Amino acid sequence: MIKIALAGNPNSGKTTLFNALTGSNQFVGNWPGVTVEKKEGTYRGDKGIGFTDLPGIYSLSPYTLEEVVARNYLINEHPDAILNIVDGTNLERNLYLTTQLAELGLPMVVAVNMMDIVAKQGDKIDVKRLSAELGCAVVEISALKGTGIDKAVDAVVQAVKGKQKMISPHSFSGCVEHAIAHIEEAVLHDMPDEKQRWYAVKLFERDRKVQEALKIDKGVLDHIEADIKACEKELDDDAEAIITNERYLYIASIIGGCYKKKNLGKLSTTDKIDRVVTNRWLALPIFAVVMWLVYYVAMVTIGAAATDWTNDNLFGDGYHLFGIGESAYEEASEEYGDTAEILSAVEAGEKTYVTIDDETMEVSDPVEITDDMVAEAKAMEEKYGEEGPDPADYGVWIPGIPALIESGLDAVECADWLKGLILDGIVAGVGAVLGFVPQMLVLFLFLAFLESCGYMARIAFILDRIFRRFGLSGKSFIPMLVGVGCGVPGIMACRTIESERDRRMTIMTTTFIPCGAKVPFIALVSGAIFGGSAWVATSAYFIGIGAIICSGIILKKTKMFSGDPAPFVMELPAYHWPTVGNVLRSMWERGWSFIKKAGTIILLSTIFVWFFSFFGWTEGGFGMLEEDQLDSSILAKLGSAIAWIFAPLGWGNWQATVASITGLVAKENIVGTMGILYGGENTWANMANAFNHLSGMSFLIFNLLCAPCFAAMGAIKREMNSGKWTAFAITYQCVAAYIVGLIVYQLGMAFTGSFGIGTLFGVAALAFVVYMLFRKDKYRI
Amino acid sequence: MTLRDLKPGDAAKVVRINGEGAIKRRIMDMGLTKGTSFSVRKVAPLGDPVEITVRGYELSIRKFDAEMVEVEK
Repeated sequence: MIKIALAGNPNSGKTTLFNALTGSNQFVGNWPGVTVEKKEGTYRGDKGIGFTDLPGIYSLSPYTLEEVVARNYLINEHPDAILNIVDGTNLERNLYLTTQLAELGLPMVVAVNMMDIVAKQGDKIDVKRLSAELGCAVVEISALKGTGIDKAVDAVVQAVKGKQKMISPHSFSGCVEHAIAHIEEAVLHDMPDEKQRWYAVKLFERDRKVQEALKIDKGVLDHIEADIKACEKELDDDAEAIITNERYLYIASIIGGCYKKKNLGKLSTTDKIDRVVTNRWLALPIFAVVMWLVYYVAMVTIGAAATDWTNDNLFGDGYHLFGIGESAYEEASEEYGDTAEILSAVEAGEKTYVTIDDETMEVSDPVEITDDMVAEAKAMEEKYGEEGPDPADYGVWIPGIPALIESGLDAVECADWLKGLILDGIVAGVGAVLGFVPQMLVLFLFLAFLESCGYMARIAFILDRIFRRFGLSGKSFIPMLVGVGCGVPGIMACRTIESERDRRMTIMTTTFIPCGAKVPFIALVSGAIFGGSAWVATSAYFIGIGAIICSGIILKKTKMFSGDPAPFVMELPAYHWPTVGNVLRSMWERGWSFIKKAGTIILLSTIFVWFFSFFGWTEGGFGMLEEDQLDSSILAKLGSAIAWIFAPLGWGNWQATVASITGLVAKENIVGTMGILYGGENTWANMANAFNHLSGMSFLIFNLLCAPCFAAMGAIKREMNSGKWTAFAITYQCVAAYIVGLIVYQLGMAFTGSFGIGTLFGVAALAFVVYMLFRKDKYRI
Repeated sequence: MTLRDLKPGDAAKVVRINGEGAIKRRIMDMGLTKGTSFSVRKVAPLGDPVEITVRGYELSIRKFDAEMVEVEK
């Protein structure tokens, strides 16, 4: 097989070309050990030609991860040829990478992309002359329109078959060439001729990574150094600057002869758009509108509806096909009303009845039962049966997947434990994975569009000033905004952040924002413990934002985040309409990678928690439990065993501990678990007895900030692409949650006049946080 | 005089890039090399970074990093 490496600048149309070359024969993965995406594929026209899409890079310097990944591949994996894609509308800067690739000694073909736009602007590129100047074949293409692509592949295949050794025709100035010749003679003479130049230039630049890779001994290195120093003195600049300058001078000399620009000084479309979009006054309002649109469509309307449908219908009880019979059923339910509650209250001999809200466990005010109501309720029971109206009796009812599987299992008389494992463990786990997908796809569609049209770079430009103070990127805004709806797509949205450091920081802090699933829990705490006070919910969001800001400031000063400062010297690419195919492909790739990479961990964790909560010791010995026997489960035992850990936070009881554990499956589970453990109807009253305001607040804070649900942890694992970093992120979140809970509870207690040994710990924790926030940043460059 | 001191609309020429390491290399890799002419397009709405036009494309650079670029008008 012929292995071709696809190399080029970011925004040069490389991804579009790769998609056009390979069609659907693609494999997406990661470069070993790093989060940089690796794409491979085979040529549409010939399975014997394989392409590797290198990361988009501007140079082959040793400083950025992407550049190191790309050059390691080019040097160590020995591709047969390089297909270098350059943006014809931005020829000068794009050729800078070309001059470096040309020195690698690999057969190379340059594909000048966006020729349709070049022609439209009335500009001219003399391809023949460019080819002669660069010393390799040059092909005109338009990746978007699909023109010239096969010609480019033919040229590459020919270059490989012809075994043409690529020798760059460019020579540096006298003293540089002199030094390079010395270097080649001193250390590189064992290498094939065509490979020597790249190494020699890198050694001249004092490239540490190359020096280490070649294991040059100190004496030789000193000898080389003398040559470099002499040259630096002669040209009054440092070695790296000399090489970079001369490359650009060389490019300028080529361009002068083969590139004719028609409209000098005229405003381009991008200029006109940017006059508005990054305008001093309009930039922020426009940004707000774009963000609102993304959030509204992806998280509130279409995306949320799709996810709710998957969770409540497909993986819930079931649904009416196309809504047929839905309104009839709703009418019937309305008519049925509180019949069940009234009748059971009457049976128990009570004079009043209450209803309980499913979502927040809120208990309504008692309603007096009149004789009329009883008569009415009896009539309703007659009409609809004891269970009330059954949705399956109305219209076209499609049962949900769990219901279908349950009836199947019942038919084969499956054992209870196996049925439980399949339904509450596996199906619930798969549902948890797939439930996020529709919403995620809608969101990814937007992100892919914003990214490929060029607006994402402007977001970074507009917001950089605020976010870089917290060690984050301007692009961190989107994950956090999306995190208000759901942390899982929020974390997945971090993919748009180029700098690994900023990305890791954003992944770690995104789930501090209270997501949609935490809202019922916040409502439960605020309703049961704080008498429904509105500031509880508001403060939850402030705590989340505060935690992100403080974490950013603290973490950016730590050793883990010290390395490679991401230079924010960023291109603002020209705006262009992305193709539907590319946007859809990017959307699907990200969605699929979530299912594949995060799915396993989510499924396994769900099964674990299922086993712990449905098995335990009852009078009959160890065995499977009913749903309301949670207090006899392994989980309850575990909760009692570790509840002491949370005593300093004011809620060291096993119920709250168990609820926090079940919250790891999904945060809304905390409400259900509290409902079971604090006795059904009087949950709110019982909780109010068990918690005071301070312990309630610390319970709320801990669960808001601690490790997110398994789905989000799976997403973290997927995006970190490293077990170590995933563990660090989750540990950090739990520790931060604990410390904030501790400070709030202990200092709150101290202020209300109850001192103790805990107060000391509270003060110590606060002092620690303040120190971490304000200590000097010794890694700052 | 450095790039930081320029106002939107100003055109200037790079004299040299001070400093060393990753950021310096990146600035040069992006085409801001000795003798390069460029113009300042605008300052971001919050006052930082700045956008410049160099070698026919738009580049954004933080003021802190722009201080490394010595220029003459």
